[in-house]
Amino acid sequence: MSCEKQVRTGLTGDEAVAYAAFHADVDVIAAYPITPQTVMVERLSEFVHNGELDAEFVPVESEHSALSASVGASLAGARVFTATASQGLALMYEILYIASALRTPIVMGLANRAFSAPINIHCSHDDAYAARDAGWIQFFAETVQEAYDLVIAGFKIAEDKNVLFPLIVNLDAFILSHSIEPLYIYEGKEVVREFLPPREPVNPIDPDNPMTYGPLALQNYYMEIKKQQYEAFKSINPHIKKVLEEYSEFSGRRYDFIKKYHVDDADIIFVILGSAAGTVREAVNRLRKEGVKVGVLSLTLYRPFPANEVREVLRNANTVIVMDRSCSIGSPGAQLYLDVATTLYSLPDRPRLVNIIYGLGGRDMFPDDIKKVLEVIKDPKVTEYWLGVRG
Amino acid sequence: MSSWPSKWMDLPMAGIINKPGNSLEVKTGTWRALRPVINHEKCTKCLLCWIYCPDNAIIRHEDNSVDINYDYCKGCGICARECPVKAIEMVEEGGGME
Repeated sequence: MSCEKQVRTGLTGDEAVAYAAFHADVDVIAAYPITPQTVMVERLSEFVHNGELDAEFVPVESEHSALSASVGASLAGARVFTATASQGLALMYEILYIASALRTPIVMGLANRAFSAPINIHCSHDDAYAARDAGWIQFFAETVQEAYDLVIAGFKIAEDKNVLFPLIVNLDAFILSHSIEPLYIYEGKEVVREFLPPREPVNPIDPDNPMTYGPLALQNYYMEIKKQQYEAFKSINPHIKKVLEEYSEFSGRRYDFIKKYHVDDADIIFVILGSAAGTVREAVNRLRKEGVKVGVLSLTLYRPFPANEVREVLRNANTVIVMDRSCSIGSPGAQLYLDVATTLYSLPDRPRLVNIIYGLGGRDMFPDDIKKVLEVIKDPKVTEYWLGVRG
Repeated sequence: MSSWPSKWMDLPMAGIINKPGNSLEVKTGTWRALRPVINHEKCTKCLLCWIYCPDNAIIRHEDNSVDINYDYCKGCGICARECPVKAIEMVEEGGGME
């Protein structure tokens, strides 16, 4: 029986994420405003200063400080939320690795925006990909509802004693961050507390029991400590799955690592992250009417990469088309493509792989563009194609 | 560190040092390039070296005579610089390059 204390409303993605952090009853918010994430910080600042949310709002002078303050607060035992986008994530970069290595369960809203230059405020997945090796759990929201839900579920996952890693909820710049969509939200933080009780920190800073956090470890211990973090991160997927199941029960909305659409009999399967999954599904609807056997695999969980689930879905396809909203300059493929290629390499009979670069800097992609992809890949030599670029 | 586990799975999570005061187990003077050597005949027991040493590596005896704790001395040379009677000489470790 799912929670009945939910109301139907309309919010932008940024507002929904702010409400989610509010309803998760966070203790500390340290964030610096940057388009297209600014509204998250603005709303949370209002919740705190209106007295609705009993939290420490730290108005830092940069994203580097935002994440540094978040790490300190999280080590002290607080439930911590931060948010950023693009260049802000880039400025947080060194602290991303520290937050994960110190096992601080911070939750971050990341409004995915293209890296400069040229300067651009619209959607690419550059920032999410830049954090892919840092040891943060990463979810991609496809809708405003998912952005809201994944933040609330995200706190429970990150703070789980079997997990204890920071977590990013990605939402596409403007397409989600600034578009008002209908969604269900809980009536307040008291309702969410039934699912997400206050944090019980592990090894918090305690003056009566002093410890050293983040010490130096050179040739003698660095490798052991990294191995420990690496293995811990590798082992968390069953715990993520368990919390997502609990949350599905609580919310009445189903969450899993991946979403499958017409994949069972598909010859061609698209793999995609974020809001454009819906566009590809619409294209699949149209193509299916024409008798083309296509399907879509979209990933809600990006890190840890759900390799087993992805391999199971893709193993019987003839062609797998990996859609990347970023490009990895100098790499043999873009970032999601590399993950999928590595995942499929162990199969004895591998499908053909094609990498599509689409939507950089917020360029729109329409269902008919997906039809164009199917035309392009009729040439068997095509392994990579920039969709919608002039030239 | 002798009292620390060796294997990755046995270490405290996140490399936290959960036993404070363990610097006594770690000799940090091993990378010293110059070693301060006290000429006790010149020393006036003024204790300026003991005051200035940034690493508590000057051992003060009951009669205010001093020695160097070479387990922790980093060889920074502040004691030699501050000594008003030039009773401390910085000597190259390992005999230097011949």
